[in-house]
Amino acid sequence: MGILEVKGVNKRFGGLQALGDVNLSVAENSVHAIIGPNGAGKSTLLNCLVGKLIPDTGSVMFDGQSVLGRSPHEINQMGISRVFQTPEIFGDLSVMENMMIPCFAKRDGSFEMKAFSPTLGEKDIVEHAEEVLVDMNMADKRNMNAASLSRGDKRRLEIGMCLAQNPRLLLLDEPTAGMARADTNNTIDLLKQIKDERDITIAIIEHDMHVVFSLAERITVLAQGTPLVEETPENIKGHPKVREAYLGEAQV
Amino acid sequence: MLGLNKNDMRLLLIVAAMVALAPIILNPFPESSAMAQFNAGYPDLMQRFVIFGIFAIGFNILFGLTGYLSFGHAAFLGAGSYAGMWMLKLLSINVIPAIIFSTFIAGLISLAIGWISLRRSGIYFSILTLAFAQMAFSLAASVLTPITGGETGLQTNLNDPRVLPSFLGGGASDGGNIPKPSLFGMEMTASFKLPVAGWEWTFNWGYYVCGVIMLVAFYVAIRVFRSPFGLMLRAVKSNQQRMSYTGLNTRPYMLACFVISGMYAGLAGGLMAAMDPQVGAERMQWTASGEVVLMTILGGIGTLIGPVLGAGLIKYFENIFSKINSSLLHEWFAFLPDGLEDFIVAIIYPFIGKGWHLTLGLMFMAVIIFLPGGLVELGQRIARRFGKGRTANATGETKPAE
Amino acid sequence: MDQIILQILNGLDKGSAYALIALGLTLIFGTLGVVNFAHGALFMLGAFCTVTLSRILGLSRTVIDETRTDFLGKPLKVEVPYVYDWFGENLGATIIDWNVPLSILFAIPIMIAIGVIMERGLIKHFYNRPHADQILVTFGLAIVLQEVIKYYFGANQIPAPAPEAFVGSFDFGAAVGFEAGAIIYPYWRIVYFCFAMILIAAVFAFLQFTTFGMVVRAGMADRETVGLLGINIDRRFTIMFGIAAAVAGLAGVMYTPINSPNYHMGMDFLVISFVVVVVGGMGSLPGAVLAGFVLGILESFASMRQVIELLPGINQVVIYLAAIIILLTRPRGLMGRKGVMED
Repeated sequence: MGILEVKGVNKRFGGLQALGDVNLSVAENSVHAIIGPNGAGKSTLLNCLVGKLIPDTGSVMFDGQSVLGRSPHEINQMGISRVFQTPEIFGDLSVMENMMIPCFAKRDGSFEMKAFSPTLGEKDIVEHAEEVLVDMNMADKRNMNAASLSRGDKRRLEIGMCLAQNPRLLLLDEPTAGMARADTNNTIDLLKQIKDERDITIAIIEHDMHVVFSLAERITVLAQGTPLVEETPENIKGHPKVREAYLGEAQV
Repeated sequence: MLGLNKNDMRLLLIVAAMVALAPIILNPFPESSAMAQFNAGYPDLMQRFVIFGIFAIGFNILFGLTGYLSFGHAAFLGAGSYAGMWMLKLLSINVIPAIIFSTFIAGLISLAIGWISLRRSGIYFSILTLAFAQMAFSLAASVLTPITGGETGLQTNLNDPRVLPSFLGGGASDGGNIPKPSLFGMEMTASFKLPVAGWEWTFNWGYYVCGVIMLVAFYVAIRVFRSPFGLMLRAVKSNQQRMSYTGLNTRPYMLACFVISGMYAGLAGGLMAAMDPQVGAERMQWTASGEVVLMTILGGIGTLIGPVLGAGLIKYFENIFSKINSSLLHEWFAFLPDGLEDFIVAIIYPFIGKGWHLTLGLMFMAVIIFLPGGLVELGQRIARRFGKGRTANATGETKPAE
Repeated sequence: MDQIILQILNGLDKGSAYALIALGLTLIFGTLGVVNFAHGALFMLGAFCTVTLSRILGLSRTVIDETRTDFLGKPLKVEVPYVYDWFGENLGATIIDWNVPLSILFAIPIMIAIGVIMERGLIKHFYNRPHADQILVTFGLAIVLQEVIKYYFGANQIPAPAPEAFVGSFDFGAAVGFEAGAIIYPYWRIVYFCFAMILIAAVFAFLQFTTFGMVVRAGMADRETVGLLGINIDRRFTIMFGIAAAVAGLAGVMYTPINSPNYHMGMDFLVISFVVVVVGGMGSLPGAVLAGFVLGILESFASMRQVIELLPGINQVVIYLAAIIILLTRPRGLMGRKGVMED
């Protein structure tokens, strides 16, 4: 029984079958990659996990509880954090403030009316945010405007914000998309470090095979909305079905 | 002190000093001088300065922090005024129940309107608030006549019940006259005139009541800006998607903010009724909502002091600047040769006096185009240019203003 | 039955004005992505084109008519408009009488010019700024425009009558078989409605059947891609802004006999037009037209005596009420497209 259990999920957009009978089990404290050619339904699947989309049929269970029908903030409060393809951060706020917000969300829940006490008076929040910033190697940038960070730093900040919540499951949507090689390698190192140091389950959607093979313990290959294979990285490399899926795409 | 950091405390003290000394500061010209008509230190106007200051501070909590542009705030102002008037009529001529009740009613109404309007964001939110405000205005002027007095509006009357005992401001008549709103016997219109050399300063009790309430409102606004709640509101403005994926529910935050903002408007409306016990439906018209938008933007959106400055500026324009007429202009430019004098007056005249709205519109456009931070940003730029060494500047602007 | 027809007819002329303004607003929003709060002011400017033309036509010289005397017994001074001199007395008088329709010719170039200047001079710089900024700056512009008009034309309403031929009413009831006098409808309102339909049809035909229109429609759907194709979309959008301004202006020109223009008529129409656009669906041209007529008719039904007795005050608020209900149940409006203004 994995921490995340997806059973028989279908999703149609008009005439397009985006997901067809997807079954997926992500084991606790593992790194599970979901790969597949463009249009395979990877992002649709991810959106079904975080409450952005609701599947037509099937179930999505996280730690024994269904996530279907819950809104994104409720799902996050269950312990699922999501990193977006293009970093989603609070651009108008400082790096430190960016980091404090998830700390508040973790401590106080989805809504807490603290309208009269100074933010900086919340010592535990400030300390926690500071700690994560140090972990992320970003402490020197704490007063910068988040929008002015480099792309790599934005990604770093976003991952840090997710980690500040101590999530049980971290979902990464192509975390290295559009990154330069150096930034990609930095991100891989960061993720490796996270995986080694924490009790955390990571599910990652990725195009870049280099990233996938450096991190993943299990890999699910998705093609045309349906999982083809689920295997260890070693077994995936030469798998005929996987070749077919990718070569099939190449021929088009 | 008071839970504020050093900069905020200094800002609060500066504002407090300005409020306290306004009757003197606003009367810089001796009574007999030609410039005396530019004195703004008379009670009516000073009351309006601080009341609209409260209105704008509240509007800024919504628009400045969250970026939600409401075009319906006049509805809360008007509702507050009506509620306040009813307290003055039914309960007591003492302003305290009026102010409390007006804030409360505006809070309730903004809760209802916010509950619905906040289902949408962006321009849809603006239009929804506008639609509600126009509805409130139309209803106040027609169907709700029993409550609002319709076209004629509400006034205090001799035959109002005012049921509270007289030491609390009850009682219908005051020796045959309609009693004037008061605070435990001190009438709002009571003034103390102090002639000093050529100047005459008027210290008005009603103004100081409003001033103290504005300072409290201002203080609360600072606390809100600096609180975790304020941080969340700024997060709403910055990125709602990230916010909900961080486990935060934006709706209650927005709703709480909208209600707080509405209560500020209601408080301002209640004070208006308390200072001048009459109210008509035009107070709810959408142009009145537009006015508070103008004030906030002119002063400096998202800054603490900006809305107060903007409110002061617009009210000054409306009441003082608008009184300049062409004969006065001719007087000023009399030193020029005749033809040139007429020419200059002809050019300037459309922009002043009755044409002050034109100047206001142009200023407003200029601020949005060139100076998104309003007067506060202007102050900062000037301070930066002239006093490079100083970090904080005279307008007292601080961090979240950016 | 005759009551219902009458209310529908009554709703049509107001609905036409709403639809025309909303159409222009949607053109601007759909093509440029700009929320134009100054659009009501354009409507008002159009109406004042009529006023201006009537003043120009009214320019006169004074002649002394020896054959007649005034009440003091002196020879009568007669104002003779210059148009009499140029076109002869009969034609001249007709021209003055037909001032409002003639203003269309007068207003088209002026309104297009105003639109183009507005777009190049101001709106262009706000494409990439938040919608709130666009609303605010155009709101400021609306104040400025209305104050300028107030300065030159004063604050009072200025009547601009319809041509003699259209004064009076048409007994619509008798024409379709009800008793005479049951449904009486002023001629000019029929003209206004027909004019609105023609204008709307022209705009749609222009967008549908010309290459220019095709590019603009493509640009409305996906601005970036069209830009990548190497088409100078910006210039076309400028022209579209001019056209939208002209549509609003013409709506104003023709509305003058129904409602004498004053400087704040733009603001009065603006609020409702925005409601119309939102109800129709932001960015949907047919939606704007449909919603304009629907709300116009709804409003006139709500002002029926029977309805008001049932629901007092409903005539004042029905449009806003409809807008609120529609926005909450159909967030994209009647015919809105997905993804417009949804952040």
